[in-house]
Amino acid sequence: MRLRRTMMFVPGNNPGMIKDAGIYGADCIMFDLEDSVAITEKDAARFLVYSALTTLDYSPAEIVVRINDLSSGLGVQDLEAIVRARPHVIRLPKTETAQDVIDCEKEIERIEKEAGIPVGSTGMMAAIEGAEGVLNAAEIAKSSKRLIGIALGAEDYVTDLKTTRSDGTELAFARGMIVNAARAAGIDALDTVYSDVSNEEGFLAEATIIKKMGFSGKSVINPRQIDPLHRLFKPSDKDIEKARAIMEAIRDANARGSGVASLNGKMIDKPVVTRAKYLLELAGLEEEAEEE
Amino acid sequence: MKIVKPASAGTLESSDIQIRVEPAEQPGIEVHLTSSVKQQFGKKIIQVIRDTLEEIGVTDAYVEAVDKGALDCAVRARTAAAAFRAADNTDYEWRVRS
Amino acid sequence: MGRVDISKIPNIDKINFNGEYTPEAVTPKSEVEMPSKVLPSIRDAIIASGLKDGMTISFHHHFRNGDYVVNMVMDEIAKLGIKDLTVAASSLASCHAPLIEHIKNGVITHIETSGMRGELAEAISRGLMDTPVVFRSHGGRADAIKNDEIHIDVAFLGAPSCDVLGNANGYTRDESGATMCGSLGYAKVDAEFSDCAIVITDHIVPYPNTPLALPAVHIRYVVEVEELGDPEGIMSGATRYTKNPKELMIAKNAANVIEHSGYFYDGFAMQMGSGGAALATARFLREKMEEKGIKAHFALGGITGQIVEMHEAGLIKKILDVQSFDLTAAESLKNNRFHTQIDGCFYAGYDYKGAAVNALDFVVLSALEIDTDFNVNVLTGSDGVIRGAIGGHPDTAAGAKMSVVVAPLTRGRIPTIVDRVNTVVTPGITVDVVVTDQGIAVNPNRPDIIEKLEAADILLTDIESLKVRAEKIVGKPDPIKFKDRVVALSLYRDNSIIDVIRQIDEDDEDE
Repeated sequence: MRLRRTMMFVPGNNPGMIKDAGIYGADCIMFDLEDSVAITEKDAARFLVYSALTTLDYSPAEIVVRINDLSSGLGVQDLEAIVRARPHVIRLPKTETAQDVIDCEKEIERIEKEAGIPVGSTGMMAAIEGAEGVLNAAEIAKSSKRLIGIALGAEDYVTDLKTTRSDGTELAFARGMIVNAARAAGIDALDTVYSDVSNEEGFLAEATIIKKMGFSGKSVINPRQIDPLHRLFKPSDKDIEKARAIMEAIRDANARGSGVASLNGKMIDKPVVTRAKYLLELAGLEEEAEEE
Repeated sequence: MKIVKPASAGTLESSDIQIRVEPAEQPGIEVHLTSSVKQQFGKKIIQVIRDTLEEIGVTDAYVEAVDKGALDCAVRARTAAAAFRAADNTDYEWRVRS
Repeated sequence: MGRVDISKIPNIDKINFNGEYTPEAVTPKSEVEMPSKVLPSIRDAIIASGLKDGMTISFHHHFRNGDYVVNMVMDEIAKLGIKDLTVAASSLASCHAPLIEHIKNGVITHIETSGMRGELAEAISRGLMDTPVVFRSHGGRADAIKNDEIHIDVAFLGAPSCDVLGNANGYTRDESGATMCGSLGYAKVDAEFSDCAIVITDHIVPYPNTPLALPAVHIRYVVEVEELGDPEGIMSGATRYTKNPKELMIAKNAANVIEHSGYFYDGFAMQMGSGGAALATARFLREKMEEKGIKAHFALGGITGQIVEMHEAGLIKKILDVQSFDLTAAESLKNNRFHTQIDGCFYAGYDYKGAAVNALDFVVLSALEIDTDFNVNVLTGSDGVIRGAIGGHPDTAAGAKMSVVVAPLTRGRIPTIVDRVNTVVTPGITVDVVVTDQGIAVNPNRPDIIEKLEAADILLTDIESLKVRAEKIVGKPDPIKFKDRVVALSLYRDNSIIDVIRQIDEDDEDE
């Protein structure tokens, strides 16, 4: 399982930030060719991100590149360069319909073939940033096998709704739709950024809500937000012990060749096992999440 | 690829390099570098600029580079961006680059 | 008065006394007057001091980059035609570039200091002086003055307040809003051991100017001037914690190391060097202290507002302040009873085994370069040019039970961890832990610390791997070129020569 608790934004035309992007321990690093790059610098940022991805080592982070949307005319040029630099994931902004994902996938597949890259090896992620997209979230989430997750982009969304960012009420519906659509498709759901970097309390309050809602993680715009988020997602010792006991019981049952496992006299249901596994993986204890 | 006008790419921020590519007055590539790390990395930076120009088929150019401690990958990216701009060319030929 | 027959006192020949009292010993009350040591100008004070060619003069650096005193005094000395002087400053800053002219004109022929920056430092690196500049640690300088290895003929000591007798201090207790620098720690030895100490002040206050830093008994003359310096350069408000995420990460790593090192216990003693990451370490340490209910017995060194806040919150019992870094620190020195100013020998003397550095549990220090033998350079830049200060680096590293050096793995394209530092300031055998943004290395000569950190699951690497990692990012730098000529000496805290700084070789080979 790939953890996606934090997806750190890195402006695609900033060599200093690109150089240091790997040191902060974010689960995913998202190099941005879209909003953080001035229209006159799109070519320069493309060269820079391409050059960085083909040179620098960001392991073990997942590498994501946010391209410009295809309708801008820049998206395909971005793909021409970036797919060849072999990021794990291409993030498509402003996704309104499943067709947007399909169109983008078609371009990616063409470039993969041209470049001799195994077809299907480039993952995708769709950011939903408008009212239309939120309503289509379920279809979007299931529109491509390449999708590893869908994300909420709140700034454009609240403008679309004719409201502004406040206590989260304005995002309640979109978040509910997106997390539900993602989970129905078996992929991850990523929450939007929290822009007031110096307000750690507000950031944690928002992160607590989205964690409770079922989101896999959140986009972060400053490395300072990474540690608090990872701490928040870290399971408690008590929960870890419980999950360990559950997995122990499952392994016992499997060793005995029995299909039924029980703990403290109670039968262990499948969702309980799934939850225990997820929790151990979150705690960085993948090896203990094995059933055998 | 022929350089037809002066153009630059990159900034003067830390870890960046500003590359200005101009049509050459005489054949060949001439690089003038200003860098705070010239003693330690000057040769390397100039070599990367030359190699990058060669890769994209630029044979004649005058290059003015102001380095602020950029890594090789940034030098390469800025050189390429400046050269394509100076050649007024947007056919980046990524297909030969990977 | 005829009451005593002195000859009948037993063993009177073994007692020293000044004859028998007569009424002539009493000055008539109408004639009792407090003397004044105030002279009308710096020029008058120089003349009165008897300063001559070939002598040694001294200055302190408590006004940092805002200082006017050095330049004012040197200009007057030059006008008087005095030559061939040694300037022994506790440190010099960028604002002292005018010294270049005095060197060229032969007024100054030798410099002793802890640090140097800006144009003066660049000119020295390019071979401005015939005799090498001598860089000493704060402890080393204090010892050298006390032991007469540096004999100061005349000390010119700026002080934000002084009475007519010469009782001087780094702040004032009246409400005038005069200049303020807090501790005058480094000036104390100059006042005590120089032949003639002159206080230069912008603020003469009524006697007695207590509490005081420099007692009148050590002061010969006092001069009042309009301005001592640029208040902005002398001291800014509270030092702010860095917001740089990389420095914060280094600081967090350093605080984790300290927490599990065995030196983080109730009643510990600490020092935080200047520099973003070193200062920020205090913040993360504070969280851990509050969480575990641990308090520090004292904090030492250059003092910042952060240390003061912890003191005022009851987390640090006492502050020993040799140099106040910001206004908050200076205000605290003035107002807090257990915030005390100390001198260079008390702070870091090498001869004095009771120096405060020897009571430190840990110190957090910055570095320009660290080599794979853990040697640290804080004096010369990666281009070989002088741009720093030894300060208390080797003193605290040697004294503290654990020295932690914090630095980013690379700065721009310059690697911080290298095969060989340009200039050794602090020897590797006294450097215990190196904390970077991309790994922590413990000196192999401290297996006890390694064991403790490993037991706490703190991921460690070795210094060689850090060097390789840095090179992988920035590439391997070409060595910088020096000429043979030695332009400066780096002295260890016992005033032995630990390294030399050579003239830089700048043959520009452009295409």
